[in-house]
Amino acid sequence: MEIIKLQNITKRYDDGFVALNDINLTIESGKFYSLLGPSGSGKTTILRIIAGFTQASSGRIYFKGKDMTEVDAAKRPINTVFQNYALFPHLNVFENVAFGLKIKKKPAKEIAPAVNEALHLVRLDGYAQREIAELSGGQQQRVAIARAIVNQPEVLLLDESLSALDKRLRKEMQFELRAIQKKLGITFIFVTHDQEEALSMSDEIFVLNDGEIQQNGSPVDIYDEPVNDFVARFIGDSNILPGRMIRDFEVEFANRHFKCADAGMRPNEKVEVVIRPEDLDVVAPDQGKLVVRAQTQLFLGDHFEIKAIDSDEHEWLVHSTNSVHLNQPLGLFFDPEDIHVMRLNESQEEFDARLEQYEDDDDEKQ
Amino acid sequence: MKNNKRVFFLVPYLLWIVLFVILPLLLIGWYSITDTNGHFTLENYQRFFGSGTFLRMSLNSLWYAFLITLFTLVISYPAAYLLTKMKHQQFWLLLIILPTWINLLLKAYAFIGILGTHGMVNQFLQLFGLGPVNMLFTNFAFILVAVYIEIPFMILPIYNAIADINPAVIQASEDLGASKWQTFRYVLWPLSWPGVESGIQAIFIPSLSLFMLTRLIGGNRVITLGTAIEEYFMTTMNWNMGATIGVILIVMMIVVMLITGQRKKGRTRK
Repeated sequence: MEIIKLQNITKRYDDGFVALNDINLTIESGKFYSLLGPSGSGKTTILRIIAGFTQASSGRIYFKGKDMTEVDAAKRPINTVFQNYALFPHLNVFENVAFGLKIKKKPAKEIAPAVNEALHLVRLDGYAQREIAELSGGQQQRVAIARAIVNQPEVLLLDESLSALDKRLRKEMQFELRAIQKKLGITFIFVTHDQEEALSMSDEIFVLNDGEIQQNGSPVDIYDEPVNDFVARFIGDSNILPGRMIRDFEVEFANRHFKCADAGMRPNEKVEVVIRPEDLDVVAPDQGKLVVRAQTQLFLGDHFEIKAIDSDEHEWLVHSTNSVHLNQPLGLFFDPEDIHVMRLNESQEEFDARLEQYEDDDDEKQ
Repeated sequence: MKNNKRVFFLVPYLLWIVLFVILPLLLIGWYSITDTNGHFTLENYQRFFGSGTFLRMSLNSLWYAFLITLFTLVISYPAAYLLTKMKHQQFWLLLIILPTWINLLLKAYAFIGILGTHGMVNQFLQLFGLGPVNMLFTNFAFILVAVYIEIPFMILPIYNAIADINPAVIQASEDLGASKWQTFRYVLWPLSWPGVESGIQAIFIPSLSLFMLTRLIGGNRVITLGTAIEEYFMTTMNWNMGATIGVILIVMMIVVMLITGQRKKGRTRK
């Protein structure tokens, strides 16, 4: 069910800077969304417009079909977990979590159990009487989450909420956030610049750059079928090469022709080809589709990251579970499905339409 | 060796403290418990607490200090709050600080000129056919000038306290459903309280012993403990009674400091 809709949202600052350019997005209830993009991409601005802290220059926001563009932040059924938690330093843990309920004039005998339940959910039982200054970063993070969810909002906004935590704690909180979201069944909108975080937690990701949505879809869609080279570079590592579409299901790059899984383009159209480093298998030189020489390799614990060069001086990034010999010829093998072809300047709508068209063709053939 | 050096650096300050703070305090204490012939007596205190005039004078002092502090706070808090939202804050701050560089006596004389029968305010009123109104030497004039002089000392600490508040905390309050008034009441006010407290201490305590303004602007109609002390030391030359009132004034100040300081301490200790 649709819960939030942004329609033609544009945010222009007084100095002419356009933070958001004609954003349209629909949020469905009960799902975990991520707004993913580099700093300055406009992701936090979208969050602030949804929360009501920032007014859009033009465009409307709908909540369950009702226009709430002019509604105050205080009156929206939405709560926020702030970047640096923004806990009230003059109140203890209990008072912080109880704040929203006290404002709503709930009776004290309802507040105490609700607060304790929220603290239990974020695993902070027994911390109610602590002062905020006595808590670690991870604990403050949990208090901030408890303070928001105790109000039973229909949508919870999280603004880079994990970025101040160390790596281990962040991983742990990712699992917990996902578990909390599943348990409560409320919509989460999570803003992050960390692609790994977005991929691991989300049902759906909006990738943003320069104030525009580049692509939206499930983590798998976005990883496997990036719509342009920004998305391909931003999400995961990739090898991006200039190429030429010879005909449907055949592409040329690195001066060779390869079978691929893409179609629906003009013959001989210039394209870009993406191959993920983990899709490249290292084989003997005579079995490889390409022959390269490894220049450097880094051991990263679960795999080796190898930088290699082919005969045209193209650099290839390869992830391999085994180490290789440097400066020896290596074969690289990949399946046609591992090749992802991107048209230049193709929007997501055009991309989706093309995909539908030739997937229909596939169905007819079978 | 190292320790000796440190002690050496302390000498000027210690000398200062001993000569100009501790010795005078001891002297005041001594004068207050002796008579004019230097004999020990508690008569001065008996006289103070036995006489309605002195008690009324103390209440008067407290009342005027309270009024001055209250009006200063009411004017300064919104001003300090707006200041934190302005562009060019340093410039506005400078404008607020500027009057404090001018001697108090000069400012008092300036106000005599402004408020007098032929002063600017009356000239202005006469444009509308009003007045002349007698404003000088009234309680109103006294409070007006005192508030004017104290405002910078209230704005600065409050401004600093509000500027230190993380703006996200204010947004968090709104996000949790608080109205503007609730956000002020439950978040902004408690978080800016340390600044308000410093302001109150910086104004209430000195206001207890104001005497120059009471004379120049209040025309001696407002009698506070400060004026009484001046009277005893300078006019009747009864230093012992003057010292007694001084001791009582100091006790009142300590009480005020304890009251305003208490809440903060309670919080951090918890």
